[in-house]
Amino acid sequence: MATVIELPLDTYKGPVSPDWCPGCGDFGVLRSVQEAAGKLGVQPKDLMIVSGIGCSSNLPGFIHAYGIHSLHGRAVPVATGAHLANTDMKVVITGGDGDGYGIGVGHLLHAMRRNLDVTYVVMDNQIYGLTTGQASPTTTKGHKTKSTPVGNAETPLNPLALAITAGATYVARGFSGEAKLLTDLIAGGIAHKGFALIDVFSPCVTYNKVNTYPFFKERVYKLDEEGWDPSNFYKSLEKAFEWGERIPLGVIYKTEQPTYEDSEAIFKKGALVKQPVGADKKIFAELVEEWI
Amino acid sequence: MQEVTIGIAGAAGDGLDKSGDTLAKICGRLGLHVYAYNSYQSIIRGGHIWLKLRIGNEKVYNHGDKLTGLIALNQDSIERHASEVEEGGVIVFNSDKLKCDPSLVRKGVQILPVPLKEITAEIEKVHGALAPIMQNTVALGVMLKLTNLGTEKGNAVLAETFGHKGEKVVELNTSLLKAGYDYAGAKAKAVTGEWKFGNKQHPFTTGNEAIALAAYAAGCKFYSAYPMTPASTILHWMSAHSQKTGIVVKQCEDELSVINMAIGAGIGGVRSMCATAGGGFALMTEAMGMAGIMEIPVVCVEVQRGGPSTGLPTKTEQADLFQVYGASQGEYPRLIVAPRDVADAYQTTIDSFNYADRFQLPVTIMSDLLLSEHHETVDKEAFNPDVKIDRGEIVKEWPENKGKYKRFAFTESGISPRALPGTANTLYVSATDDHDEESILISDMFTSPPIRRKIMEKRMRKMENLLKALPAPTLEGGKDADVTLLCWGSTYGVVREAVELLNAQGVKANYLCIKYIVPFHAKEVTELLSKAKKKISVEVNFTSQMARYVRQETGVAMDAHINRYDGEPLEPMEIVEKVKELLGNKTRSLDVSEAEAKEMAYHYLRTHSLEKLRPIKILKESPNGFGEPTWNIEMAERVSGKKGAAMKIGVKTGAVHHFEKAQAE
Ligand SMILES: Cc1ncc(C[n+]2csc(CCOP(=O)(O)OP(=O)(O)O)c2C)c(N)n1
Ligand code: SF4
Ligand SMILES: [Mg+2]
Repeated sequence: MATVIELPLDTYKGPVSPDWCPGCGDFGVLRSVQEAAGKLGVQPKDLMIVSGIGCSSNLPGFIHAYGIHSLHGRAVPVATGAHLANTDMKVVITGGDGDGYGIGVGHLLHAMRRNLDVTYVVMDNQIYGLTTGQASPTTTKGHKTKSTPVGNAETPLNPLALAITAGATYVARGFSGEAKLLTDLIAGGIAHKGFALIDVFSPCVTYNKVNTYPFFKERVYKLDEEGWDPSNFYKSLEKAFEWGERIPLGVIYKTEQPTYEDSEAIFKKGALVKQPVGADKKIFAELVEEWI
Repeated sequence: MQEVTIGIAGAAGDGLDKSGDTLAKICGRLGLHVYAYNSYQSIIRGGHIWLKLRIGNEKVYNHGDKLTGLIALNQDSIERHASEVEEGGVIVFNSDKLKCDPSLVRKGVQILPVPLKEITAEIEKVHGALAPIMQNTVALGVMLKLTNLGTEKGNAVLAETFGHKGEKVVELNTSLLKAGYDYAGAKAKAVTGEWKFGNKQHPFTTGNEAIALAAYAAGCKFYSAYPMTPASTILHWMSAHSQKTGIVVKQCEDELSVINMAIGAGIGGVRSMCATAGGGFALMTEAMGMAGIMEIPVVCVEVQRGGPSTGLPTKTEQADLFQVYGASQGEYPRLIVAPRDVADAYQTTIDSFNYADRFQLPVTIMSDLLLSEHHETVDKEAFNPDVKIDRGEIVKEWPENKGKYKRFAFTESGISPRALPGTANTLYVSATDDHDEESILISDMFTSPPIRRKIMEKRMRKMENLLKALPAPTLEGGKDADVTLLCWGSTYGVVREAVELLNAQGVKANYLCIKYIVPFHAKEVTELLSKAKKKISVEVNFTSQMARYVRQETGVAMDAHINRYDGEPLEPMEIVEKVKELLGNKTRSLDVSEAEAKEMAYHYLRTHSLEKLRPIKILKESPNGFGEPTWNIEMAERVSGKKGAAMKIGVKTGAVHHFEKAQAE
């Protein structure tokens, strides 16, 4: 195995500084993505960051790597296409809770079920930030937002439980207030072979006055400090529902399963983009012959 | 041209598509040409199926409006189609089960009842009782005899079809073929003369399959789709041949995913394609604009079917032009192209991949159910694997000392050389927010009106250059005409023949078939049309979308329109007659015709569990309390012939004004 040569943080310094509000949780996530890539020694030219639309989805513009800043909710299929076209690159999807769990949740479910070898970092601020503070799929019940003035009537979605049951093989939760852990979780996700979902508490300091840094600081604890074994499906599922006084951070569930790419023999010949193009004359003739 | 048209009618599940396929392959191998049209109402067992094969010794471009031979597999089929068989033709059916009332049949038509049990008795002794579907092979044998096609190729095709089931099954089928063949030889006369067979074998395939094969030849590496008729057969072909072609085929969760994945693969650097019908395309539109602003090559096939909404899933129409034209918010460079027949679908797909790459834009190939699903023979040379693959301006390497690579460099041509992800020193973001040359967003923090102006102009400049690369349309079918027909897509096949017929009848006609829709050859088309005398658009839609589009682009309005929107494709004589009516300034009646009234009566009977009845007499009555004339239809019981019911259908509105069952005697 090739030894990993770690790369310094400024390897990934983007062309412009982020335009997030001062104090936004997304700064910490950006830094952890950069640190994780550095830790694994992924060259910027081999790194593809894919996002949708939202404050959080602006991330690809702030990192020195290839990026796709796609449509609201479509980061997952765009990333899937880009990844399948060039399996030699590491694909990290970054976006928000509205993007991934609202408008894009259909794609997310199926990508997890396929166990694609990509990493998805969701900056979950439990609010629509970019559109100035409406309820999102993870907004807690009763939370008053611009679109729910008398309090959110809907039950929030549980992304971790969803991921475990849908077939993701690496399911973790981070917090942008816990930088080192977050970096480790993202690096673990990138290194993991299969679909990694990392749900990150990334407070929106402007529009979410409930789920703030102090809110999380008071409640979070680290699973690995309590000797958590993430390999049991049902125990992990139960853990995914832990909420309230104590909220777990860390790898909730992890398993090794064949990936979608493993099942497709065509990838055995290398990345698609590097395979020869055009028809083989003999095969082409056979194909036409089927019509005679 | 020597030609015959064979119709096979029955219920879905009767296996008649297989018989049609066998007959067509036989013809293709004999060097004859075939155009098959399957007017199926149902993909589910039971619905009525009507398959027509037009066979000629020259290329056939549509299914025509003739009928020489009818193979009827159930009683309904005899009643509905027997009267269409022309003089000199033949009606073939299993007389153990069915009968043909001579009053249904035109003069000079042979009725050939085939006593199946009797003529297959010997075969049953050897092979055991025959499955019902076996009658198709006997009927095929009958038709081979009566159309002078011989048994040699038929035996060969059957041997290939059933080879995997063992020699016994092959032997069973070839002996059934022979039984039919010999019986017909003894009992009926041929419906056509001896053929002069060609010396080349012709492949027999569909527009969808031609597109799929072309994608392979063009170096496509990724295909995504979500099942939707009539685009699904591309997915089926792609999946079945994926390991051979090396094209990764992904069935997605929805069409949003389909197009976004295909665009993602395009960004990743491979040639990618996807396909859908109008409904799926509706879900794809936002992403078309994404490919436009990101300048990503992708090929999307939009196969039209009867709309709106779920509409007529298994019927043809050309009514999505404005949807495809209006796809996505904003303005962006793209190519919209409509191939006109199977061979053209092949070449168009190959060209589309090249245009997509050279101009870094999305291409939408507009097809329609008729082109995508009907089978026709094509000259083998049309499927040429030696295609030029032009991936456009690609940055192979970018030395570090060359300065910053600009993904969206403002160039004169509008084309910014593209580095594929993974190329050293060329990092960039493909963004849906508008951006500057270096792919930095200009949508929020760094908003810049002059940069926005310049990148818009850069992108749209590609359209001018693309237009120059595309061949302009020409008038076909004669120079100085009294009438010029305007058409697009698969309607070409029938317009082409209608124009030949018009000219033969002394009406000087020609036609203009629009293939490249966006960008549009406005100058050339304006010139051609402003010289034309009488201009008539011919489209399979209600609102004459192409005529409207041409008027928008050229200012030239059509003088009249021919439209069909009942789910069926146009036929040559239908166009000829309508053109002549329009030239004579006659307005076309929208009344329910007698034949339509009969079909409506059958519909009523089938949908009210009254299949034991059939219409026997239809008379027109003047307004009589219903505010319009009516078709009065008398129904009788099929078996006893006893009076069954009476029905009145409005001649203008088509309303069922009255239905009354006869009193039990
Ligand atoms: C199709 C579509 N619908 C709506 C929008 C508007 N929109 C942009 S971002 C966004 C929500 C973003 O929320 P989230 O993904 O949680 O990101 P955040 O800003 O909170 O980081 C919405 C609704 C859009 N861009 N596209
Ligand atoms: S609005 Fe909220 S999510 Fe958006 S940048 Fe500001 S703090 Fe962050
Ligand atoms: Mg959010």
